[in-house]
Amino acid sequence: MPVVTYRDALNQALREEMDRDPNVFLMGEEVGVYQGAYKVSRGLLEAFNERRVIDTPIAELGFAGIGVGAAMVGLRPVIEFMTWNFALLAVDQVVNSAAKMLYMSGGQIPIPIVFRGPGGAALQLAAQHSQALESWYAHVPGLKVVAPATPYDAKGLLKAAIRDDNPVVFLEGEMLYNAKGEVPDGDYTVPIGVADVKREGSDVTLICHSKTVTVAERAAERLAAELDVSAEVVDLRSIRPLDTETIVTSVQKTNRCVVVEEGWPFCGVGAQVVDELQRRAFDSLDAPVLRVTSADVPMPYNKKLERAAKPNPDRVIAAVKQVAYLD
Amino acid sequence: MSQPARLHHVEPGRAEFYHRLLRQMLLVRRFEERAGEAYAQGQIGGFCHLYIGQEAVAVGALNAIRPDDYVFASYREHAHAIIAGTAPGAVMAELFGREGGCSGGKGGSMHLFNVEHNFLGGHGIVGAHLPLAAGAAFASRYRGTDQVVLCFFGEAAVNIGAFHETLNMAALWELPVVFLCENNRYGMGTALERAAAVWDVYRRACSYDMAEETVDGMDVLAVYEATRGAVTRARQEHLPTLLEARTYRYMGHSMADPIHGHYRTKEELEEQKLQDPIQRLLRQLLDDELMTDAAIERMRGEVEQEVEEALRFADESPEPPPEALYTDVYRD
Ligand SMILES: Cc1ncc(C[n+]2csc(CCOP(=O)(O)OP(=O)(O)O)c2C)c(N)n1
Ligand SMILES: [Mg+2]
Repeated sequence: MPVVTYRDALNQALREEMDRDPNVFLMGEEVGVYQGAYKVSRGLLEAFNERRVIDTPIAELGFAGIGVGAAMVGLRPVIEFMTWNFALLAVDQVVNSAAKMLYMSGGQIPIPIVFRGPGGAALQLAAQHSQALESWYAHVPGLKVVAPATPYDAKGLLKAAIRDDNPVVFLEGEMLYNAKGEVPDGDYTVPIGVADVKREGSDVTLICHSKTVTVAERAAERLAAELDVSAEVVDLRSIRPLDTETIVTSVQKTNRCVVVEEGWPFCGVGAQVVDELQRRAFDSLDAPVLRVTSADVPMPYNKKLERAAKPNPDRVIAAVKQVAYLD
Repeated sequence: MSQPARLHHVEPGRAEFYHRLLRQMLLVRRFEERAGEAYAQGQIGGFCHLYIGQEAVAVGALNAIRPDDYVFASYREHAHAIIAGTAPGAVMAELFGREGGCSGGKGGSMHLFNVEHNFLGGHGIVGAHLPLAAGAAFASRYRGTDQVVLCFFGEAAVNIGAFHETLNMAALWELPVVFLCENNRYGMGTALERAAAVWDVYRRACSYDMAEETVDGMDVLAVYEATRGAVTRARQEHLPTLLEARTYRYMGHSMADPIHGHYRTKEELEEQKLQDPIQRLLRQLLDDELMTDAAIERMRGEVEQEVEEALRFADESPEPPPEALYTDVYRD
């Protein structure tokens, strides 16, 4: 199977879906002539011309709304935010227009749109350019929220998102674009709302998504080697809808759970997972579910402070020791 | 700010068209009066923004577009929904929150939708539907149709970012959209002069090198003509226009508000009512002998009956079933 980067997997998804459906177009800052701020759209302008690959002014609210309006009349826009940090300016259109249109029109107007771009912390970009905002969007009924961790999932989920008739918030990992993985040639989709067991295990479940999948996998390797603890790594892939079946099934097997995410702790994705588990797997739990998140502070610039703010394998291992009573 | 008047001479031979404009204005006025009463009786809840006084704008403008053009409006949109082709009963039922409402009872007064007639809302966030309208215009260019988008909004919306971002992109990309600002002089209790550094809304267009025009919004024929020009520009040259219609609302901002409050005087309101758009057209029709008193009375009677039927339809329409709470969140 060909090995490609996460970036190129996304590029393939865009290219294939634009080939497949003339209603699909890509709009955003620097997506065309500049080839994408992170080069996800490399070559698309040349392949599809400026009718379908549209460079915008720096006007997140405006072009997000133009996308929603185009979707209202049946086009299938892919709106790229240079990063999700800047998408905060467009939250009104994502939440008040895209998410609610179907409901408040009594089912008349679906919004088949994808809002995509990189999120999460990068390296030393400081407070305004380093944040994982998935729980903001996952809070909103009417939105679907996905955050793939691997090139395979990135391509399959983006294709599924573009074909979905609902607004999908598609969070790419800013630090994942160079990650490599196997991606089959040809068409496939990964269904939205289905988690993936990335590593099987029997002693503890590590629930993660996007960049923290790597963190959890590294922790799992060390747990096996150093402590003889077998960790199961469950990659949520979709935050909303949340695949509670897979989570609960895993915890019923392992009886212990740690949730790892890059967002802040308060009202985070992990809080939702914990809520599901205490109701649906209460009798299976041998210990309280713990969470490893970013520190509850704006992201600092200093390298050491930044490292201390982000989830890492050490912190995951420490949490696993706690839930397994190994300390 | 003065609201310029522009008298139009009524051309004979167009009588039927003028009758139609008159009938529509009478209909939406009566509809709003009865909606106000129903609100007072507790049959309508939430925010309910009446259109009384502004009828010439929606009626004049919506008669200047084709049925396949798209219409977007703010939350003060009962009239727009009706004139765009929604049955008054379906609008009233929506205000009543009933299943037979044009949004199934889930949208309410501020979120009327009627896809069949390309009436695309009904939006409650000031200015937020301007980019949506530009998006529909973008789609029309993308597909190579000659559909035009007509977008209504209040003058308070010209101070919000969405207005500027949208006008810039609409001009830059040559989108076929008419931005029709219904300048009724107030955003809730704030006069335009207290909120905007530039008092003439149409002048904002120069920042985007966009065509503009200001029109007497109490004169239905003037609004019709001005909109027709802007629509032609959009259809034939793909160019947007900022059209400012100077109008006035007679009622409070919403049904929850007093009629004048602290921000305007009773005298101002009475003076504005002398410009009443319905009276004005009526006078012209009588002067030009294009309509008789008897015909006018007949028309009023028909309209009265139509609105009563709308109320009856709304009243008899069932509540949405409990399971409606969870439908239409996602499309399968
Ligand atoms: C972004 C936003 N801020 C505040 C409000 C509350 N609000 C509703 S209507 C309104 C005044 C708008 O006035 P204008 O645009 O002139 O329209 P009009 O009501 O006169 O038709 C305000 C402040 C809102 N709906 N949206
Ligand atoms: Mg106003």
